[in-house]
Amino acid sequence: MTIPSFKKDMFVMLIFSAVILTMPMWLKPLGAGYPDLLQKFAIFGIFAVGYNILFGLTGYLSFGHAAFLGVGSYTAVWSFKLLTMNVLPAILFSVVLSGIVAAIIGFISLRRSGIYFSILTLAFAQMFYNMAYSVLTPVTNGETGLQLARTDPRIIDNMLSEAGAGLPSPGLFGIQMSGYSGFYFCAVLLIIAFFISQRIFHSPFGMKLQAIKSNQTRMKYTGYNTRPYLLTAFVISGMYAGLAGALMATTDPLAGAERMQWTASGEVVLMTILGGVGTLIGPLLGVGIIKYFENIFSALNEQALLAAYSFMPDWLAKMMVTITSPFVGEGWHLTLGALFVIIVVFLPGGIMEGLGKIKNLFRKRPPDPVEKTLVEGQIQEEKA
Amino acid sequence: MSNIILEIDNVQKSFGGLKALHNLNLQVEEGKVHAIIGPNGAGKSTMLNVCIGRLAPDSGVVTFNGENVLGKQPHEINQAGISRVFQTPEIFPDLSLLQNVMIPAFAKREGSFRFNMFSNLCSEKEVMDEASHILHDIGLNEQEHDHAGSLSRGDKRRLELAMCLIQHPKLLLLDEPTAGMARHDTNRTIELLKKIKETGMTKVIIEHDMHVVFSVADHISVLAQGTIIASGTPDDIRGNPKVQEAYLGGAHL
Ligand SMILES: Nc1ncnc2c1ncn2[C@@H]1O[C@H](COP(=O)(O)OP(=O)(O)O)[C@@H](O)[C@H]1O
Ligand SMILES: [Mg+2]
Repeated sequence: MTIPSFKKDMFVMLIFSAVILTMPMWLKPLGAGYPDLLQKFAIFGIFAVGYNILFGLTGYLSFGHAAFLGVGSYTAVWSFKLLTMNVLPAILFSVVLSGIVAAIIGFISLRRSGIYFSILTLAFAQMFYNMAYSVLTPVTNGETGLQLARTDPRIIDNMLSEAGAGLPSPGLFGIQMSGYSGFYFCAVLLIIAFFISQRIFHSPFGMKLQAIKSNQTRMKYTGYNTRPYLLTAFVISGMYAGLAGALMATTDPLAGAERMQWTASGEVVLMTILGGVGTLIGPLLGVGIIKYFENIFSALNEQALLAAYSFMPDWLAKMMVTITSPFVGEGWHLTLGALFVIIVVFLPGGIMEGLGKIKNLFRKRPPDPVEKTLVEGQIQEEKA
Repeated sequence: MSNIILEIDNVQKSFGGLKALHNLNLQVEEGKVHAIIGPNGAGKSTMLNVCIGRLAPDSGVVTFNGENVLGKQPHEINQAGISRVFQTPEIFPDLSLLQNVMIPAFAKREGSFRFNMFSNLCSEKEVMDEASHILHDIGLNEQEHDHAGSLSRGDKRRLELAMCLIQHPKLLLLDEPTAGMARHDTNRTIELLKKIKETGMTKVIIEHDMHVVFSVADHISVLAQGTIIASGTPDDIRGNPKVQEAYLGGAHL
């Protein structure tokens, strides 16, 4: 367990950026090289990387991060409606506002730890979800969801040019946010998000967060006021979630309350644990795997399964379809649940732990102490 | 007479019906090693808990460096200059030994909160060197990159001692620093304690091992049933019949 040097960190960043930016190429053979899915990878990647700053470093398990996702989305759509279709102000407002909301929720929830903290965050997120359908409908537009309209004021855009005939779409100074350009925009933000996360992990601040996770009592008697540390981590991860929410709205300018449902909060927990809590890259692996398989499994139906089993005898194929069909399509969550159980039971450290074990298998064993002294003895004999 | 750095004035603390501390008075002189001895359950650890803000007493006052510490948060008391080694080691088991000692060094340097997320740990040479140096002093430098959780109990205690020493506290509280250690480890700790004594750091040390007590203490107080029954130089205590009666069951020291 050594502390990596700045040089090594920069090398990792270089590789990371290359891997992310070439995703359209190397994911093509896997059938995942199209912009919609790639954008999803990048956006959920940002969400999970931010979530890991809280959960991975401090060990505080929030079950309410979807609330910040929702705040980010609604804020972005409002920015499109009121000000401009340019994504930069939308993103800025989303990150700032979700940070403020996180500061409030965090301030209250962090008065407790462990399961009580988790329940408090869950309660807050459910409150937001319910309010989106009730008292907050003027802001959220209730069940229909918040959408763009041709008659929106868009003050800044309309000052600069005449309103067009059709519904405008979000963009960055003329670059559209759909298709590959949208992916590259999200990818650049993911790289920045990962860079910031790496800096936090390898800073004194990050080490103190890990120390809080390891032994908070010791931290207090060592002279640290732990509450502001935890709150800072909470707010940063809330801002990451707000950014992810804003990006969801830029790629598809529509915000609905279902984005704040508890299942969305649960999903980021799954992704983080599946990949490896507290490791830099683990949560991204979790995102990749879950979103990739979600894409495949949820598209399958009985016809597709029958086609896949067509090489089998008829009766066997029918039986296999009966067995496997509950796990695909709408039933994808069943597969996800089963996968999660397997990981938590057999690999609590997630995929990163699995990779570590494989690496250890291949690493050359250090020479036996007895053998080593024998060899050294021989060398000395030879010298003499 | 020199300065009194820690003063416990008429402190009471009950747990339910049990009077753990009863009219407790204690004065610790600056620069001295003050040993507290007493049977199990006498209230020694409870006394330290009151001093560091872990427990609030029912009544009484605790003054450190002329300031009342009661009602202060644990981190404020530490920042004021009191560090403690606990009876059961409190370390960071998931961090490396080096990180375990870097954390208190940062607390000393930066105070109770600093948001320095863009500085790189590797460029904190000063703190790292200091941490390596202190690990060398306690003989754990070769394992500096291992997880602290993998250490033996005796090594964990020594690590915790190093974590306190790196803060250069004005007052160091040690709760049975050699309990559960092998003879050889105990001797090593005594050497270490003697070395710190030369720095003039004030220490309160709770200890069962009389060999340790008489080799490092300037002053000894005997605590029994929540109150001090005798206090004096090691020679005074050795010859005190009340102490032999209450604590040593008549055995000679
Ligand atoms: N937090 C607590 N709650 C209830 N009883 C306690 C607590 N801490 C200590 N005690 C009791 O107070 C008495 C003194 O304990 P302690 O200070 O740990 O003794 P020792 O001198 O052995 O360190 C014991 O009887 C112990 O059971
Ligand atoms: Mg005790």
